Amino acid sequence: MNVPQAANTRLVERFTELAIQTFLWAFRIVVILIVVVGSILTLIGGRYSAATWIDLAITGAVLGSVYALIALGYTMVYGILRMINFAHGEIFMAGTFAGYFTAVGLAGAGILDAGPLAGLLSVAVMCAVAAVVATAIALLVERIAYRPLRNAPRLVPLISAIGASFVLQYSFRGFFGPGIYAYPTIDFLEGDVPIGFLDIQWVEVLVIAAAIAMMSGLYFFVMRSKMGTAIRAVSEDKSTAALMGIDVNRTIVTTFGIGAALAGAAGVLYAQVYQQFTYTVGFIPGIKAFTAAVLGGIGNIPGAMLGGLFLGEIESIGPVLFLDGLGVPAPNQLKDVIAFTLLVLVLVFRPQGLLGERVTRDRA
Amino acid sequence: MTADAVAARVDATPDIEPYEASTSWREIAKIGLIGGAIALYLCLVGIVPVFHSRQLIAGVITLGQVALFGSMAIPGAFAARRARTTREAVLAGGAAGLITGGALTLLVLVGSVVDLRAMFLNASPELYSMLTMGFGVAGAWIPAVEGLVLGAGAAAFGQLPARVRSPVIRGLLAVLVVGLFAGILRAPLMSAGLVDLARLLFTGDGLTVVGAVLVFTIVVVGRVARQRVGVGKRVAALPAERRAQLRIPAIAALVGIIVVLPLLLGPFFAQVIALVALYILMGFGLNITLGLAGLLDLGFVAFFAVGAYTVGLFTSLAEYGLLDVPFWVALPFAMLFAAIFGAVLGLPILSIRGDYLAIATLGFGEIIAILAGSNLLLPALGGPRGIVNIPKPIDVPSTNFLAGPVQIYYIALIFAAVVAFVALRLRGGRIGRAWVAIREDEDVAEAVGVNLIQTKLLAYILGAAFAGLGGAIFAGLVGSIFPSSINLFVSINVAAIVIVGGMGSIPGVVLGALFLIGIPELFREFSEYRFLFYGAALIGMMLYRPEGMWPSSIARRELHVGDEAPAMIAGDSTPITRGGMS
Repeated sequence: MNVPQAANTRLVERFTELAIQTFLWAFRIVVILIVVVGSILTLIGGRYSAATWIDLAITGAVLGSVYALIALGYTMVYGILRMINFAHGEIFMAGTFAGYFTAVGLAGAGILDAGPLAGLLSVAVMCAVAAVVATAIALLVERIAYRPLRNAPRLVPLISAIGASFVLQYSFRGFFGPGIYAYPTIDFLEGDVPIGFLDIQWVEVLVIAAAIAMMSGLYFFVMRSKMGTAIRAVSEDKSTAALMGIDVNRTIVTTFGIGAALAGAAGVLYAQVYQQFTYTVGFIPGIKAFTAAVLGGIGNIPGAMLGGLFLGEIESIGPVLFLDGLGVPAPNQLKDVIAFTLLVLVLVFRPQGLLGERVTRDRA
Repeated sequence: MTADAVAARVDATPDIEPYEASTSWREIAKIGLIGGAIALYLCLVGIVPVFHSRQLIAGVITLGQVALFGSMAIPGAFAARRARTTREAVLAGGAAGLITGGALTLLVLVGSVVDLRAMFLNASPELYSMLTMGFGVAGAWIPAVEGLVLGAGAAAFGQLPARVRSPVIRGLLAVLVVGLFAGILRAPLMSAGLVDLARLLFTGDGLTVVGAVLVFTIVVVGRVARQRVGVGKRVAALPAERRAQLRIPAIAALVGIIVVLPLLLGPFFAQVIALVALYILMGFGLNITLGLAGLLDLGFVAFFAVGAYTVGLFTSLAEYGLLDVPFWVALPFAMLFAAIFGAVLGLPILSIRGDYLAIATLGFGEIIAILAGSNLLLPALGGPRGIVNIPKPIDVPSTNFLAGPVQIYYIALIFAAVVAFVALRLRGGRIGRAWVAIREDEDVAEAVGVNLIQTKLLAYILGAAFAGLGGAIFAGLVGSIFPSSINLFVSINVAAIVIVGGMGSIPGVVLGALFLIGIPELFREFSEYRFLFYGAALIGMMLYRPEGMWPSSIARRELHVGDEAPAMIAGDSTPITRGGMS
């Protein structure tokens, strides 16, 4: 090898490196410009009233609560196994179906519309059934598709999880058909909350309140209970945890179960707002919730909650705020584009997420 | 292979009491219950009733019945392995089969009381009638007895010596395969003028009884003769050059068949093999990104879209066409633009780690799909109406044999050969070794002086360019491009081909494409189960053969160091990872 050629290669590499850095900076600047200029133009344009913005914010909070509940499952499983549970969105879908059949049963018995209390109890029962079914399915998937691969290279369980996601989706299609289902409505939830200028439905209050209740429950469980301590210990270091007498396997299974229960309940809450669903209902919310988990810092429980809420708001307000001013037609079509761009931005520029934990490259 | 692997794993599970000398009936009941759950699943998910409409041997057995009886016999065969003596083995097999069949009896009984159809679409009268052979509730006992007989039969069959078992199993498998492909085998016979032979062997959608017996006999006799003569051993005993000489006519014959294949088959099959060839081409492209460099790209469709829309915009004679140039002028631009997109999208994300990369690229695929159908790009790309009237690459009159999808078949195959050649040449060179190094361990690769981002970027751009090529040919095949063609399933198809076939392996990709694109295309009536089959194939592959169906020699050596994949068995017994998850 002669020296000038080596120096030449070095120069080319330097130059490419520089080009890459320039590109990344240009990328940041473009995104910031779109956001800032778009927002300013939209706000100056003044086509939207304050009430519209509040409305969007509430929609965002509802969506965000659902994302947060699903994101918790991703984040806990990732924290403990360093694995992206790609099938988690389908667990959410399973919950939606389980809740639907419960709701049909309850409606048949005339309980669903028997009054506010009966309605609330019905939703609670639906959530409980959905959580149980979702947990059962998640544990089955864990046993068959994930557990044998725990020590395999990283891509192997991910591919298996993608396979599990397809199996679940198309099994549900086989069981229940490709048609669109609609949840029976609960009348009082459709009603408006009597707060003067705000336009909030009871169902929105219910979803947010239920999500907050479940998340605080989870937080205290993880922080205070013995099993919660075990979960944190195992996610810190499996072998040391095992030496401390923790049953690692049971802890992992419990983590899967809790995540699935939350996702199942989230499926019911989601359907209370959006009502219609099919067997593909879990896919996009699943990826969004993963985005939320990354956004908050994967492996970090409060991060998932915050990330979910943030993503819900961005998705709800973002298209109108950023794009409408720039003259983009039908900006709401692009809400998923905004969500996925946000995912890429976080992965590239702040891989540790908003609250920062477990830098993505560690323990790779 | 798979069944043996299952057995090996089951045997390795530590929860069988090693001190217990007698047959463990509890284990057998468990096998029966698992079998019952699987049989119920197959019935309710619709595989048994839907496949019941397809004859395997006309008037004798349908595909649905094969699935049903298989789900009863297999638990019997497994249960028999847990038994000590022959008598107990048959008893155990019968017991497991009885429990499996009993689950279906229960289904029929419950179904007669409760309307399960309100929930499960497939719990239909047709299913019950099939399970009870038309007797209704009065015949509810039939599945249980079937299970008992089939389970015991399978167990007894398992007790026979291997030299008897192996030819029979092969014969039955051959009947299954030939019956499945009856349609595609019948077409060339008919067109070759052997109508009588075709009628003798095949009905419209299956084998005749004569055909089935004939296939079975030929395979069994052939197998037995082979065992006697020992062809395999003789070939193996030949010196290396002689073996290489034997290979040349085999390869020549294969190439000959590939070339004349579309002429033998009808227009429908020509479409199918054109699609298979296209996916082989794209599989080779992704094989560079995923197989060599180890980057799991789930956004393949993004670059596919760029290629397809480029060709559409350049060549379309309709509304959104800009240039009206021939396909062959547009093709290099399609690849170029796809490569540029690859560079622009790849640059920011290639520094992030493998599994995140997969999700980020998945996001890209979705972004491009949404943009293609959005109002924002409506003036340029036509939104949901798409770009239509894209001329064929080779403009021939419709009477020419190249007119239809046949030309796409040849074009795709030629380009696939080019891509494979590029990949092979690159693999042996400096850059190829750098890719493999990155795939194996990024940190070590970086430490020995591989520039991570640039090396990965090159792989990603190459994969993107070939995806663009695939998209361009797709546009030529279909003659139009709609946003609905730009969906996640393209990415999943290609990724599954590479993974199931064998990452980094050229023949593996071909096999994967035949298996995952060709077979489902032939079974259009079962298309709703296509992705169920994909998912199961992905999981099964990861569990039992993570290196793929036809792995590259490196992958095979890596994943089977010494013992058969020790890590996977260890996963069952020792839940504790040592030193992290890499």
